[in-house]
Amino acid sequence: METGNKLQRNAFALAVISGCVLIILLAQFKVINLYIQSVIMFMGINIMISTSLNLVNGNMGEFSCGHAAFLCVGAYVSSITSVLIMAPNDITGAPFLPPELAVLVFPISVFVGGVVAALAGILVALPSFKTRGDYLAIITIAVNYMVISGIENLSVVGGPRGFMGMKKVVKSMYELADIPWMMIFVALGTIFCVLIIRRYVSSTYGKGVNAICQDEIAAEIMSVNTNKVKLVTFMLSSGLCGMAGGLFAHVVGYVNPQSFNILKSTEAMVMVYLGGMGSLSGAVISAVFFTFLLELLRPLQILKWVIIPFTLVLLMQFRPEGIMGNKELTDVFPKLRKYCRFK
Amino acid sequence: MSLLKVEHMTQNFGGLQAVSDFNIELQGGELVALIGPNGAGKTTIFNLVSGFYTPTEGSIRVNGKDTRGMRPHQVTALGVSRTFQNIRLWKDMHVLDNIRVAQHYRMGYSIWDAFARTRNYMGREKEIDRISWKLLEAMNLKEYAYEVPPNLPYGLQRRVEIARAMSIQPQLLLLDEPAAGLNSRDVEELIELVRWIHDTFHISIWMIEHQMKVVMSLCSWIKVIDFGQTIAEGTPEEIQNHPQVIKAYLGDDTI
Amino acid sequence: MEVLIQNIINALQWGSFYALIALGYTLVYGVLLLINFAHGDIFMVGAYIAFFLVIFMLGNIGLDPGITLALAVPLTMILTSGVGVTLERIAYRPLRRKGAHRLYVVITALMCGLILENGNLALLGASRKRFPELLETTVYRFGDVSVTNLKIIVILAAILVFFFLQFVVTRTKIGMAMRGISYDKFAIPLMGIPVDTVIVFTFILGSGFAGLAGLLFAMSYPVLEPYMGALIGWKAFIAAVVGGIGDIRGAFVGGFLLGFIEIGVVAIFPSTMRDLFAFSILLLILWAKPTGLFGLARHQKI
Repeated sequence: METGNKLQRNAFALAVISGCVLIILLAQFKVINLYIQSVIMFMGINIMISTSLNLVNGNMGEFSCGHAAFLCVGAYVSSITSVLIMAPNDITGAPFLPPELAVLVFPISVFVGGVVAALAGILVALPSFKTRGDYLAIITIAVNYMVISGIENLSVVGGPRGFMGMKKVVKSMYELADIPWMMIFVALGTIFCVLIIRRYVSSTYGKGVNAICQDEIAAEIMSVNTNKVKLVTFMLSSGLCGMAGGLFAHVVGYVNPQSFNILKSTEAMVMVYLGGMGSLSGAVISAVFFTFLLELLRPLQILKWVIIPFTLVLLMQFRPEGIMGNKELTDVFPKLRKYCRFK
Repeated sequence: MSLLKVEHMTQNFGGLQAVSDFNIELQGGELVALIGPNGAGKTTIFNLVSGFYTPTEGSIRVNGKDTRGMRPHQVTALGVSRTFQNIRLWKDMHVLDNIRVAQHYRMGYSIWDAFARTRNYMGREKEIDRISWKLLEAMNLKEYAYEVPPNLPYGLQRRVEIARAMSIQPQLLLLDEPAAGLNSRDVEELIELVRWIHDTFHISIWMIEHQMKVVMSLCSWIKVIDFGQTIAEGTPEEIQNHPQVIKAYLGDDTI
Repeated sequence: MEVLIQNIINALQWGSFYALIALGYTLVYGVLLLINFAHGDIFMVGAYIAFFLVIFMLGNIGLDPGITLALAVPLTMILTSGVGVTLERIAYRPLRRKGAHRLYVVITALMCGLILENGNLALLGASRKRFPELLETTVYRFGDVSVTNLKIIVILAAILVFFFLQFVVTRTKIGMAMRGISYDKFAIPLMGIPVDTVIVFTFILGSGFAGLAGLLFAMSYPVLEPYMGALIGWKAFIAAVVGGIGDIRGAFVGGFLLGFIEIGVVAIFPSTMRDLFAFSILLLILWAKPTGLFGLARHQKI
């Protein structure tokens, strides 16, 4: 399927990158204010959350209801790492490294958060070898509660009051150079996340995930090592979500356990099912749309949380497959295929 | 060394003895049938051989390797592939992907290769693609490569399932009632297909089948089981006139 | 020793609430294979209905507290089951008719729960409601162990409900239909069983007893807030699964087990550790026995 020249085939990727650069430039020259900037950053983080959950709930067909647990792990671990190393704190006292290095330490700490979250994903992956469906759903809920409850009992990291100090790390980045660092990192994180998932699900390896979703026994007998694929998928999903958590914690500058409760998991699920199960582009679109909707409805305060579920109930009645169904953007607009390299 | 050697295989489900003391040895290249009335334990034998169940007693050796304790995908990687009684294709994946995924055990790249799209990954994916297309072409399925299985007629779905089993590149192919639900023309095609596979790839084929036409025209050796017991085995002619077989199928007429 | 007995009684009471809610999950799951995530919020609605009924009867009509209680129990149960049935009619049934994927129904249930919670918050505001005292508290003392009459009522209610449901499900015609539907929802209508009626009946039972639990809970812990159903609902659901979802005995065993675990943890460790331990233990149980204590593994046929 050699259609178009190289430039044309990469056009989609170029468009995405130049879009990101444009937004960052706009932020740099203060064309868009801090509020819009933060909304855009939340969009990026939500894209990471929804695409990573989509991998498990959409592609693998499991029903994970506790995705916020991994967000929580990632947020805490990366915050603790960056604050311990870069900022004065109660535990280790003075920072280890000079503030100029914050730009390096921050992405590393986000990555560390992702790795630890991936390890936490094993907690869900192991039971999934034996059971699936509703029983696995319970396990994810239980893990969500366990993580929150565990952190609430760790007074070292602030317990139920939460953990802060990330603002200082972020500030030292801005002192180094006055460019929108957080925007850049969120954009990089989002692109990284979507790219990795895209590459995973389009490889033969990752197609094993779909095979497990549709017929696990057939997959196992047709030589797919289902346990390994499940483990890898759960770890990848939770790891990427953990990275989103690390970014989230530093964007907000403060985390507390209750902001990662079941409601947050529900939000993630809403994004996945709104976009359409198993559709990566659907997950991206719905994350953008959902963030936008949340901000739009902000003046309504609590009524927002009546309207959004109600919309979703209606959606389930009239278009239960979500915005995209299980199709990708390239299936809906075949012409797009010319402009992107895969599929 | 024999390709498949099953000795004294017994399987109990609770109090029920589904298979008792089953023996078979395949050297490679045979066409064997397993017949018997409904509920005789035929599919259970296939499930045991493909590693889905572990036998209560006895041993199964594939190329000399005992498969006890192996998971099904490991047994498959030894070269034992199978189809299912009621077609179990992956319904949302097109035919090409169905064929591709069944080559999982010899992907030859790690997850990191997939993330980074290394040269190894690209090369292996190309190779998988090449093999898949070649197989589709050989099995006359090329034009359906981008169709999802539910859109295909039943006979073609069977063919796709056999193609998927063949993409494992097995030494032993287990066919679980391949002719079930096919009309007479499809059955003719199936007989041709199985014969063609057998002649082209020189592999062992072991099938469960109820349609005597298929069994008699393809198989050189037949095993008959009833209530988990092997009641007869032999060439088609011997089986046709075997009193025990007639009794199992038609019942006892000494009333 | 006294402490132990005291804790056992507390655990029984606490477990009774879980059991009463868990059976709602289990009944619906047993029939429809649907996790009715809105059930915890139906419990919350039940508590609020009880609250408004009692306020109305005590304040506006000026009834005697005893008569109020006697009237409030059936009325709460009827009204709450009305809520449950309404939910079934407007949200779940159309989806079922269309033959939608089970997951979409689960999402709908989850969303209905959110609507109930936040709708309540939006309508009534964030202020907590204080449930009036209906029953004069009598404390029975046996040595150092003290039991209030309310605790005894709660435990007795749970046990009575258990026997009632066990009777309904195993001995009556409609109970048999309930068990049948989960096995084969296509064959059941062909056998002349009115599926919708059976499903509505199931929702009436489940929501009715959630209403009862709401009333009893409000009497025991007389502070109401819109999110009270969420946590207790999730926990009761987990209890139902640990017991083996779809089985009435499982719901009760799971509920009481959770009650005992939580009270036991609080007795030994600081109370903030309660959720951590409770969920870890449940996770271990599920790990060892993935289909729960009473659940039967459904064999997959190939």
